[in-house]
Amino acid sequence: MTPNANGSPRTIDIVNRSLARRYLSERRFRMCGLAAITASLLFLCVLLFTIGKNGYTAFQQTVIRLDVHFDEEQFSSQDLNALDYQDLIRSSLQRLFPEVEDRSEQRMLRALVSSGAAFQLQESVAQDPSFIGKTIPLWFPASDEVDMVMKGHFKRTAPEEERPINDLQLQWIDRLAAENRIAFRFNKGFFTSGDSREPELAGIWGATTGSFFTLLVTLVLSFPIGVASAVYLEEFAPRNRLTDLIEVNINNLAAVPSIVFGLLGLSVFLNFFQMPRSAPVVGGLVLTLMTFPTIIIAGRAALKSVPPSIREAALGVGASKMQTVVHHVLPLAFPGILTGTIIGMARALGETAPLLMIGMVAFIVDIPRGFTDPSTALPVQIYLWADSPERAFVEKTSAAIMVLLAFMILMNSAAIYLRKRFERRW
Amino acid sequence: MMKKMVWFLAIPLIFAGAPAADAQSARDYISIVGSSTVYPFATVVAEQFGKGTKFKTPKIESTGTGGGMKLFCGGVGVGHPDITNASRRMKKSEFESCQANGVKDIVEVKIGYDGIVFANSKKAKPFQVTRKELFLALAKEVPDPGGAAKTVPNPYKTWKSINSLFPDTKIEVLGPPPTSGTRDAFLELAMEEGAAKFEWLKKLKKEDEKGFKKIAHTIREDGAYVEAGENDVLIVQKLVANPNAFGIFGFSFLDQNSDKVQGAAVDGADPKFDLILSGKYPLSRPLFFYVKKAHVGVIPGIKEYVTEFTSEKAWGRNGYLAEKGLIPMPDDERKKVGQSVKDMAVLTTID
Repeated sequence: MTPNANGSPRTIDIVNRSLARRYLSERRFRMCGLAAITASLLFLCVLLFTIGKNGYTAFQQTVIRLDVHFDEEQFSSQDLNALDYQDLIRSSLQRLFPEVEDRSEQRMLRALVSSGAAFQLQESVAQDPSFIGKTIPLWFPASDEVDMVMKGHFKRTAPEEERPINDLQLQWIDRLAAENRIAFRFNKGFFTSGDSREPELAGIWGATTGSFFTLLVTLVLSFPIGVASAVYLEEFAPRNRLTDLIEVNINNLAAVPSIVFGLLGLSVFLNFFQMPRSAPVVGGLVLTLMTFPTIIIAGRAALKSVPPSIREAALGVGASKMQTVVHHVLPLAFPGILTGTIIGMARALGETAPLLMIGMVAFIVDIPRGFTDPSTALPVQIYLWADSPERAFVEKTSAAIMVLLAFMILMNSAAIYLRKRFERRW
Repeated sequence: MMKKMVWFLAIPLIFAGAPAADAQSARDYISIVGSSTVYPFATVVAEQFGKGTKFKTPKIESTGTGGGMKLFCGGVGVGHPDITNASRRMKKSEFESCQANGVKDIVEVKIGYDGIVFANSKKAKPFQVTRKELFLALAKEVPDPGGAAKTVPNPYKTWKSINSLFPDTKIEVLGPPPTSGTRDAFLELAMEEGAAKFEWLKKLKKEDEKGFKKIAHTIREDGAYVEAGENDVLIVQKLVANPNAFGIFGFSFLDQNSDKVQGAAVDGADPKFDLILSGKYPLSRPLFFYVKKAHVGVIPGIKEYVTEFTSEKAWGRNGYLAEKGLIPMPDDERKKVGQSVKDMAVLTTID
């Protein structure tokens, strides 16, 4: 810089003078970005914290130990299913609390143990008939009210009429606790059983298998369709008005609200093709319509990022257009396509709105065993539990959200892993 | 790398070959649709039925009463539901649409009663209200406070302006949207009755029922009534957060959340199990389900499901449905309905 002859300030001085201000605005800009990230992290933390706080107790279950006497005479008949197992539970409780004689008090006593206990008993006898003739201590799930009291979700100190468990029942619970007959166990049933209206028996396995079947159909259909369309549009199609129109429409399709696909599924698959209601195959078809535009868009972006030199080299040594694509371009674009697919599938996993229209929002207890069995999906199960009056479903809802989030994280990290593992930089 | 990629392609293809049977040709489970109010009761019965018998557990969709009727009346055949739940009686138009679509024989089963509660947070004072006051608080147009026989846009902003004994708080009521059966029942049981407490409106009801219903059935839209969606759990949570607000929802939710919310006494009767049972509490309505007789014997288990629902251990005074908040019918009424269900008596007309 040369000093200015006519006495006007040198450029460097002008720059120096404004420097402090420029540094400040630079810092402000960075702070804004940082604040944005902190805020979103904070929201995420609050969300995860409330879900975790509400839900972690659902992985444990209060169980009660009863000494069940399998009377030989009662079991002498051949048909084990015809027996009154409820009565066995009843008499076991009666032996523990012989002083309870009043009928309404007896009913209050029975309310401590889950109504599923009799079915559990039936199963264990069917599995191991050697029980017969003996008295065996067995653990049974407690009813949801007892569970809520033990976990502290119902305050013991509240006035009696505000508690679902009355003072007498509290005394019994305390006595059971003193005799080591009440304990917390890992809630295995939550992961292995289907839906139930008794919170202590409800599980997410039915919804998980439903989601699995649905997503399988989605994957099998949307992946080939998506990849084939992306390859054709990117590598073979001429550039003209028509392909432009198709591109606009694909982008539109990706942005259509998902409930619209549900309505489409209802009128086309259910009403026109007469496919069964509530079946994963229909759910999969509807979610396919939603997912394949995402795969096409991701696939085209991945194909675009393969440098033209690869194609030119292949064509140069005499490969046909198809050989170029299949042998060289597609393998190189694959990590990108897979990432797009997984992200599309993760979105499909979290979708409820389109499933509502085709009857997958339903109470289904049996675990679906095929593509046409009635089933729900994980997010639907969350929605249904969130709407149930029993208080114990609050923790179940949060626990189901945790399971869904775990699947999401798993899928998204698989996408990141694949990208990192196979990605090639040019 | 190519080899690994082949695997990713191969996995879906293996599953693509998995069996996909045509389920439409036969259905071995009962398909139930309908009211979200009956849903919590029907699901309990379905579960007991599924576990206690050799039949599969019925599938129950919560579609709302109107939506359920539409599906139910769609036709006869495995593609259509076998049973629909309803929180009100089948309408004449629905019955006719059923007949038109070939659903000729319909068995009506009344299962019990449900109370509608007007509740607030336990943190606030208990509330006593009459149906007339509810009408004044919630209607869009109310009778002129001056006494003339005409309506004016609802001028009441606070509870105190309706009744000087009420607290001086803003009127804020969370309730169900127009699609809900609970709302239909609330309009009929509370608003209509409340409006009929005014002499000139009572006269109007006799002379011009449509005009009367227009006044009684229109809820105010100035923000005092908030449509909270079909989710009653949400209403309970909002009431806890805001002790000045009131909510309208089903009795079973009050029953399960009695430590958080309290029901207001309506016309002097508390929303208690016994008072609803005896009919003293005014806001209670019957619940139903409807069975497609043509499907009985075709879809396995329908008759047994109905038997389970109408057994003493389910809908009786001390049955498991009462534990979930259903108000049982009186003994003789239960016996009567039970008998007609056993005979599978079909509906011939509906009024």
